[in-house]
Amino acid sequence: MADISLPKITATATAAAGPSARPLIQIESVSLYYGASQALKTISLPLAEKVVTAFIGPSGCGKSTLLRCLNRMNDLIDNVRIEGSIRIGGHDIYDRDVDVIELRKRVGMVFQKSNPFPKSIYENVAYGLRLHGLRNPAALDEAVEKSLQQSALWEEVKDRLHSSALGLSGGQQQRLCIARAIAIRPEIILMDEPASALDPIATARIEELILDLKKDFTIVIVTHNMQQAARISDQTAFFYIGELVEFGPTGRIFTNPTQKRTEDYVTGRFG
Amino acid sequence: MNTLTPSQYLPETPPGRHFRAEKFDVGSFFFSGLTGLATLFILAILGVILTNIILNGWSALSWHFVSTIPKKDFFDAATTGVLPMIVGTTIRVFVMTIFVIPVGVITAIYLTEYAPNTSIITRVIRAAVNNLAGVPSIVFGLFGLGFFIHFIGKNLDTLLHHPSAVWGQPALIWAALTLAIMTLPVVIVATEESLKAIPPGLREASLALGATKLETILRIVLPQALPGILTGGILAVSRAAGEVAPILFTGVAYYMASLPSRLSDQFMDLGYHVFVLSTQSPNIDQTRPLLYATVLVLLILTLALNIVAILIRARVRKKMRALG
Repeated sequence: MADISLPKITATATAAAGPSARPLIQIESVSLYYGASQALKTISLPLAEKVVTAFIGPSGCGKSTLLRCLNRMNDLIDNVRIEGSIRIGGHDIYDRDVDVIELRKRVGMVFQKSNPFPKSIYENVAYGLRLHGLRNPAALDEAVEKSLQQSALWEEVKDRLHSSALGLSGGQQQRLCIARAIAIRPEIILMDEPASALDPIATARIEELILDLKKDFTIVIVTHNMQQAARISDQTAFFYIGELVEFGPTGRIFTNPTQKRTEDYVTGRFG
Repeated sequence: MNTLTPSQYLPETPPGRHFRAEKFDVGSFFFSGLTGLATLFILAILGVILTNIILNGWSALSWHFVSTIPKKDFFDAATTGVLPMIVGTTIRVFVMTIFVIPVGVITAIYLTEYAPNTSIITRVIRAAVNNLAGVPSIVFGLFGLGFFIHFIGKNLDTLLHHPSAVWGQPALIWAALTLAIMTLPVVIVATEESLKAIPPGLREASLALGATKLETILRIVLPQALPGILTGGILAVSRAAGEVAPILFTGVAYYMASLPSRLSDQFMDLGYHVFVLSTQSPNIDQTRPLLYATVLVLLILTLALNIVAILIRARVRKKMRALG
């Protein structure tokens, strides 16, 4: 349980965003083992605040695994061993004193396959809020509306907040999951291929949403879709079989990569 | 040309028969016929049994029959009744449900959500549950006698300084507990199946929002598993209502002058009464209608209990679907 409660996570006192600011998330020499096999090989990576960072790479390269380390979702899997440290706001999240519940309040996650609860739309968004103690109905109403507006879903569902979330289309469900995640105002949102199960129009809306969310949240997105990474991310990290091959501003990675493997991947020669 | 056309490799379709089968498929017909016959056969057996019971018992069934407490002579059709047996059967099933559902559900939750799959303790528990399901009913009766009555009951009496045996003898509570242990595997398995049917993505979503495992189980998993749990309850109730062997030594009485009012009372039972009527009767021809009427009452009671449980489950499902 927590002895330390994480202070408000900010990297710098000033609002300056961009890669030159001190990193919000500092991944240092992280290695991950599933039993005997090593899935991540000494990854070191700084992730800046209020910036969209994309993890790209072929299937099985470890990008989702690394993403799940950031909110300790890998704790749920048996037989996983992690070395190295991941500092968020200066504190190592794998420290013994860290309360995982508190961490997950600050670091939200949106999954590849949308997973709304079999409850009403309202209850889905309110779930996290209720969990962390908010009970006042007026406050809940306001928070739910704000989250749904911020995830570009409000207009479509405002007249049927109490109908089942499972009646929404795939794209709407995913935006609902995003609304659910941002309702508790995390500082960081992790997205694991959020649009891979959606059609191009729904995908475009999600991408638009991410660009909008960037103003308030730090976003890390895993994606198979290189064009998507090029469109929406500020920084890109390219992974290959558990290793971090190259990391830098998105523009440079796609137009002028320094590593041959990166160049081969982004030009479509493999993967 | 190098292009392939399908007709090179498949037999020509005769004109006018584009999608219909070439010839009559004997195998399919034979097999579906067989399965249809099997279904009819089962329904027929059920029909024969029910008809037999209804025909033989209908004459003795009356409002007087189901609402009278009989005198010691069960065999006088004019004065006998089965009210205490109805009450006894219903109460023991009800008390059993109070014990078996919480214990069964909690065990199933442990096995599904908490127990590490590779641990030896988990395997022992699973083996125990499976073996429990195979134990003959009469063995449960003996267990109930030895453990609940002679051990727990007797010691409880000593602890509470009762001058004569109150708990250390056959009682409603011990019969209900014995039945609870007997039907435990049914509830555990039904609950486990419904827990496993819930996609793991829901649990992950809840945990990712900062819920603890317990909160996830209470807020997301259990509510979704409720219909399955109720199904387990229905199965347990159906099984227990008709069982006689487990209650033989643990609580059923040949004759009670009044209805059971305390958990330490003995009780009468419909199933046991059928046994009594058929073995103790001086004139079997005269008693036969009473026998069948008792069986009919038992069937109707079991059906009623089932219907109540099914209705509850349907309401839960409807609420789940509407609320979403």
